[in-house]
Amino acid sequence: MSKIHVKTRINGEAAEFLCEPDETLLEALRDRLHLTGTKEGCGSGDCGACSVTVNGRLVASCLMLAAEAEGAEIGTIEGLAKGAELDVLQRKFVEHAALQCGICTPGFLVASKALLEKNPDPTEEEVRYWLAGNLCRCTGYDKIIRAVLDAAAEMRRA
Amino acid sequence: MQYLAPTSEDEVVAALAQADGRARILAGGTDLLVQMKADMIAPDILVDIKRIPELREITREGGGWRIGAAVSGAEFNERADICADWPGLAEAFDLIGSTQVQGRCTLAGNLCNASPAADSVPAMVAADAVARIVGPSGTRDLPVAEIPVGPGRTSLAAGEFITSIFLPARAPRSADAYLRFIPRTEMDIAVASAGVSLTLDDNGSCVAARVALGAVAPTVLLVEEAAAALIGTKLEGAALAALAQACESAATPIDDKRGTVAFRKQVVGVLARRAVKIAQDRASGKGAGERA
Repeated sequence: MSKIHVKTRINGEAAEFLCEPDETLLEALRDRLHLTGTKEGCGSGDCGACSVTVNGRLVASCLMLAAEAEGAEIGTIEGLAKGAELDVLQRKFVEHAALQCGICTPGFLVASKALLEKNPDPTEEEVRYWLAGNLCRCTGYDKIIRAVLDAAAEMRRA
Repeated sequence: MQYLAPTSEDEVVAALAQADGRARILAGGTDLLVQMKADMIAPDILVDIKRIPELREITREGGGWRIGAAVSGAEFNERADICADWPGLAEAFDLIGSTQVQGRCTLAGNLCNASPAADSVPAMVAADAVARIVGPSGTRDLPVAEIPVGPGRTSLAAGEFITSIFLPARAPRSADAYLRFIPRTEMDIAVASAGVSLTLDDNGSCVAARVALGAVAPTVLLVEEAAAALIGTKLEGAALAALAQACESAATPIDDKRGTVAFRKQVVGVLARRAVKIAQDRASGKGAGERA
């Protein structure tokens, strides 16, 4: 079976790759483009570790074929920091100790970024519902929620 | 496996005809890819319908709405105008999966996956939604209620696919509501569910109603006796008791780890009664368009 040539933009930069027809976007990001910040947790769309944005929309990259990304604008965790400068959300996750093992963290950050772009002033309940598809087995979520709310507050003041 | 991304409905029909049953439609993929990864299905061809412009659109038609088969839950729920007409369907659609799943999942996909517990399906049936089906012998319209025929099975013929879901025009003082029972607050599969759509006259009497139940039978159930219990009443005690009784009688659920037969039958009546009260409040302008 011949490979599919996909042209896309990832974190604002043109990117292209060859993929198998049944390859997921997650596999292409990690194994072909070596953007390994995006993690595989469950592989079935339940855990949110593989969260990326596609044309601004939050999706599970394990439940999307790489071929579907043709012409799309993809946002991954690698797009959050600006060089050595962490994104506000990343800084707040560190300050609040909102991570332990770290596997879920890129997904939480990408999902939280998508939330704050849509809703700069979410309630705690809104944050919890938005992030219900991101599972963390370490923190118990509370520190994550506090970090997101604190980041939102700082971004509103900026 | 082959991946195709046609840009017209005709190309999809041709691809499906050629594949002779070995192709699957890919819209949001939130069920399809999971089933492929679990080796439940192994299609030879995936036909991605998201490159067909009209399937991505929501359009006004005859006072109602036509929802393209590739419109995602997130796209639907950002449309305040549709959510005002169909707040119950909007809340049902929004209950499917996580934010990530919402970015991709579709009404037509939820329908064709044919799970008895699909959240949007009772709401679509209560709404009297109609699926537009395109296939080798042309185009036909079929009520959503007639699409699922059993768990995982639909009435679509070989080579047919759904291109859109049509939601009819709303009469004044009409509203819908959807409720499901799950043991958690989010991210779960309905143990029992109820969708209600009704229309009131200017005295607050119910003049039209549709009641649809989910997860209590092999397919979604449209319960005409439940609707009949409401019509001509002010949706008070006796009518609501009769509605709940009709729902309990119509339900033929299974026993499983998520709920027993007795539990599901009782709960589905309670959900229907509560959904009626929410729809009534919305239809009479109290909290109209506001979602529970």
